[in-house]
Amino acid sequence: MPQPSTRNTFNGFALTWRMPIIVWQVLFFVGPLLFMVAMSFFLVKNYRMVEAFEFKNWEKMLTRGYFWDSYALTFILATLSTIVASVLAFPASFALAFKVSPVVRRWALFLLIIPFFTSYLVRIFSWYVILAESGVVNSILAQIGLGPYTMLNTMFGTLVGYMTLTLPLVVVLQTFALANIDRNLVQAAHNLGCSPIRAIYTVIMPLAKTGLIVAALFCFILSFGDFVSPYYLGGSKPPTLPILIIDTTKSGQQWPRAAVVAVVMMLTLITIAFASLALAYRKRASR
Amino acid sequence: MEHDNKELRSPKRRKILQASGAAIITAPFISRAWANVTEINMLAWYGHGEPDVVAEYEAANNVKFKPKYYAGGDNMLALIAQSPPGTYDLILSDAEFVQQLNAAGYIEEMNAADYPFDDMLHEDFTKFPGHWQDDKLYSMILRGGHLGVSYNKNAVTEEEAQSYACFWKPELKGKVGHFDWHLPSLGMMSLYNGNGASLFDLDDDKWDKVQETTMSLRPQVGGYFDYGGTFNSLKNGEMQAMCGIGDWITGVLEKDGAPVASVIPKEGGIQFTESYSIGKGSEKADEVKKFIQYMMSPEGQVKSAQMAAYPGFCVTKGGRAKLIEVDKAEATRSHQIEGMANEPIALINDGRIHYRDIPQQQSLEDWNDFWSEYKNA
Repeated sequence: MPQPSTRNTFNGFALTWRMPIIVWQVLFFVGPLLFMVAMSFFLVKNYRMVEAFEFKNWEKMLTRGYFWDSYALTFILATLSTIVASVLAFPASFALAFKVSPVVRRWALFLLIIPFFTSYLVRIFSWYVILAESGVVNSILAQIGLGPYTMLNTMFGTLVGYMTLTLPLVVVLQTFALANIDRNLVQAAHNLGCSPIRAIYTVIMPLAKTGLIVAALFCFILSFGDFVSPYYLGGSKPPTLPILIIDTTKSGQQWPRAAVVAVVMMLTLITIAFASLALAYRKRASR
Repeated sequence: MEHDNKELRSPKRRKILQASGAAIITAPFISRAWANVTEINMLAWYGHGEPDVVAEYEAANNVKFKPKYYAGGDNMLALIAQSPPGTYDLILSDAEFVQQLNAAGYIEEMNAADYPFDDMLHEDFTKFPGHWQDDKLYSMILRGGHLGVSYNKNAVTEEEAQSYACFWKPELKGKVGHFDWHLPSLGMMSLYNGNGASLFDLDDDKWDKVQETTMSLRPQVGGYFDYGGTFNSLKNGEMQAMCGIGDWITGVLEKDGAPVASVIPKEGGIQFTESYSIGKGSEKADEVKKFIQYMMSPEGQVKSAQMAAYPGFCVTKGGRAKLIEVDKAEATRSHQIEGMANEPIALINDGRIHYRDIPQQQSLEDWNDFWSEYKNA
């Protein structure tokens, strides 16, 4: 019986089909990314960018206290959003994966996707009606003698916005991860006397680890780069890095300095993404 | 029956085919008719190219405005800097940026005789700072508006609103909003510090004090907003006083029945001034001139004063008279009747209004840096 070759052979057919995505990524991701890095060394003179290779923008931004304050805040908020979304999504995902019929699961997943049919900005503005001091939530709380509570223009407001953006996606990704678990392994755990709660921690979560981490990673990435929620529901108080980018471009059209902020954000996200994926695949690779 | 149905359907098919054929044949003529419409590229704040302002003029003069909207003078300068000469035919800018437009060679010289300078409501409007250079006109003042204390009448009394000190009122903790632009907000802090007419011309000591005063307001601040956010937060009562704005926002809400108002406090207020210029290299300078003349006519001034996006006051006597004649309610609401309290021209004459400017002894970048620090504090 001939042994499959371990040597990489040229496959023109496969390459042809892979080319569009490679070209796309080079043109619309790698190219702009390199340009953004280059732009961070440019200068602005009379509101016009001038090609240069100077470190002034990096020095200016990285020595400013407000830059690091914004960085810390953005990181903390994105982490918090990731934890909250993952924790809130898990019971729903678990129920969809294990407790409901395939028909119900399909409908639920469809309903989770529906919010993405409308503009994110519109969904965020609709929270004004709900969270305002004279809004729906406070009106209900007033019926039982509570409130009014300030929810808009607070970190709570920002988190609500982040959940609007990420929670449906996290539920969908977690559901796919949990639904692909081999039920026999869960059944075996129960047969061997494992309590349902313990089975979740010792069997289900480790088996779905990759999917759960990828869901959390998506949540972090989307929250870290979101401008809309911290601006419109958080009142830009204090500003996150995406708001700082806007502020920087607004005054004197300092796109190169905005590029510095963007590059730092990209580096952070790349680091987080690689660390998360390493964590997600670590055990599987060691088996 | 099937045969009957086909017979019934076929005339419709024929009609559709005929109509399609006619459309194909006449398409070149239609497109030629469209081509005869002169397109004027306008660079302006939001609202100036909207139908409520330009539709009537477009219909009467066979022109079509293609507006490109910006937010802030810096943004405007950058858009022009990044576009080839002649891209924008008509440029609406804040008055304080006209000088920079001119210095960079982005605007054409205008003929003063083409415009109603003999009909101005105030002599300052005739020779507005920065609009003239070496006795040559480069921009035509269109409208203005005053910035002061904007407040919710249920939370702040009119008497309290007579001073910027009301922003520090303990009951307003977390309820004071900022329009997210450093120039008007820091300008107001400068006025509160007693800098009066030199509010933008600050030496180091005065600039330090302005920063100190501004920082002391930080615990009161509930948020920093763009136009939409400012509008919403005042409307739903989340913010009960707003720094950096004036009637251009509360006026819209007031018309909608919201309990908000703007006043010029005793420390003085700031005037935003909007002006039209003709873009350098525009091939439609004559059409643009004609439109500016229309906007300076009584009818045009009324359109500007009634602009749905944000109101502004008339700068010509003819415009004001026409506004009183056709829309007395708006003239009254915006105090554009001689003898009324807070009448815009009287406020200027009383020395309570200062024209918005850019920092004279610091750079815009210094002010913006501080603004970022302030927001993060």
